[in-house]
Amino acid sequence: MKLITAVIKPYRLDEVKEALQSFGVHGLTVTEASGYGRQRGHTEVYRGAEYTVDLVPKVRIEVLVDDADADELIDIVVKAARTGKIGDGKVWSLPVEEAVRVRTGERGPDAL
Amino acid sequence: MPPGIMTLAADEATLSPANTGFMLICTALVMLMTPALAFFYGGMVRVKSVLNMLMMSFISLGIVTVLWVLYGFGIAFGQDSGGFLGRPGDFAGLSGIGLTELWGTTSIPVYVFAAFQLMFAVITPALISGALADRVKFTAWALFIALWATVVYFPVAHWVWAEGGWLFDLGVIDFAGGTAVHINAGAAALGVIFVVGRRIGFKKDPMRPHNLPLVMLGAGLLWFGWFGFNAGSWLNNDDGVGAVAFVNTQVATAAAMLGWLGYEKIRHGSFTTLGAASGAVAGLVAITPACGAVSPLGAIGVGVIAGVLCAMAVGLKYRFGYDDSLDVVGVHLVGGIAGSLLVGLFATGGVQSDAKGLFYGGGLDQLGKQAVGVVSVLLYSLVISFLLAKIIDVLMGFRVSEDEEVAGVDQAAHAETAYDFGGTGGGVVARAGAGAGAGAASASGPALGGGPSPSRGKGQGKGQGEAHGKARGASRATGRGTDTGDRANRAEEAQATDKEQGAGEGKGQGPAPASGSEKRVDA
Repeated sequence: MKLITAVIKPYRLDEVKEALQSFGVHGLTVTEASGYGRQRGHTEVYRGAEYTVDLVPKVRIEVLVDDADADELIDIVVKAARTGKIGDGKVWSLPVEEAVRVRTGERGPDAL
Repeated sequence: MPPGIMTLAADEATLSPANTGFMLICTALVMLMTPALAFFYGGMVRVKSVLNMLMMSFISLGIVTVLWVLYGFGIAFGQDSGGFLGRPGDFAGLSGIGLTELWGTTSIPVYVFAAFQLMFAVITPALISGALADRVKFTAWALFIALWATVVYFPVAHWVWAEGGWLFDLGVIDFAGGTAVHINAGAAALGVIFVVGRRIGFKKDPMRPHNLPLVMLGAGLLWFGWFGFNAGSWLNNDDGVGAVAFVNTQVATAAAMLGWLGYEKIRHGSFTTLGAASGAVAGLVAITPACGAVSPLGAIGVGVIAGVLCAMAVGLKYRFGYDDSLDVVGVHLVGGIAGSLLVGLFATGGVQSDAKGLFYGGGLDQLGKQAVGVVSVLLYSLVISFLLAKIIDVLMGFRVSEDEEVAGVDQAAHAETAYDFGGTGGGVVARAGAGAGAGAASASGPALGGGPSPSRGKGQGKGQGEAHGKARGASRATGRGTDTGDRANRAEEAQATDKEQGAGEGKGQGPAPASGSEKRVDA
């Protein structure tokens, strides 16, 4: 099993979600995240006091998948999330040792 | 408050139902300004102390109202003694006043005048609170309000507005409170800041406003209420002066907003909402003393000057290192001084009195009088406020502890949190023994992100048996499980199997947590 993590622009979430659904992914977890890459942040001014805001709002998607599907799913996410502009985000995957469905106790790929 | 002339024939003034009704409405408008101020300030502080900010204004409605009835109205408007004080015993308890007994030579009952003036006494101490955001003990603040109203506001209101008050007799023009309200509060803020000191992390940590829409709402309501504040201060509708005051209030506020925005655009590059709100308030402050003395064109002058001046003044705290958190000094003191002095330039001599300003051929006479008003109120309030704060600080400590300040005054002082945005509700669990529902709630509620679970006995759901039934019951027992939690529960139950991870999809609402990583760059 692999854990695919994607940090993307928030407004691309729906695209990515739909793409994953049409591939047959059963579930995913989404977290609001903030961070920066090459895009960096922006400046805000309040009564003349300037603040640089380093961290840009992002969405982090996490999906557990079978090893066999991992590469294709990464491509799907990348394609759906891409706008071609700076700040599109990143996608990566990690090996997963174990997964358990809480309700039934099923383990491994059955739990996906 | 209208200096000098009370228009109706003094001898046979009769109660005017129209004026009385008008004044009651104005009184309610001015009352609204204190909650409006609370929102204006509340939006500008950080999340962890917004409730405290709101309460610092609201508590003034409580304390000052009671003091006003007991002796405040007497000190401010009782029989004059020596030009500095009224007799505290006059009107004590607001009793012994006839229902139709008229105030002075006006056509409105004493009760109406007392209520109208009360609202001014309420908002003035509340104005000070903006300088003390995030860091003072609530009890210390409450005590300060009581003392300050007694020793500073009531007497100063007497100086400026009561027959026999020394500034009133001198001929200082303060239509609705440039000196008695705004300079008074602004100078007090400065005095108290010297005692209380800066917020932890001032000039270092990000302290940006947590809710600008709240600030705009507050500014809008202030603007609305200010028509009562200014136009009502003439106490009647018989001669059109109130109408001029009304128009000038609108005009100067508009001009000041434009002035602030223009300055900001040139200096910092953007038209900000906070700038618009602040500029409007600066204009309202500045036109307050002047609205019965200037023409609408003069009001534009007053507004633009005040807007730009205040926009420049709010930067001073960074240069000099005093933490006037929400710019009470920069807006109210500076705006109040500007407005009060500009009367000496822009007074036409054709509205509330025949005193002319410099630009209308009146020479420097009125300007000199205005300066006396400004300096005397400023110094008195500054010194006495400093002393009062010092006394309170020695007696009980004015500030909260460092830990409490870092965690937020809301929790320390009020045992509350303003917003519940997090899906997990901050991991809130009902306290043991707080109610029958507590068991069920802590069994499953928090685990599912079901938000706070206060004591409520209902709990157990409908006996649907195991896991899901209980989850539902618990989140209903709370009466207000957060959206996320509820939705997740429902989603989970609907799916009933297989897609545990899918429950996470119900997410995606709720504002992002404030990211803690901005840095102040520039003062």
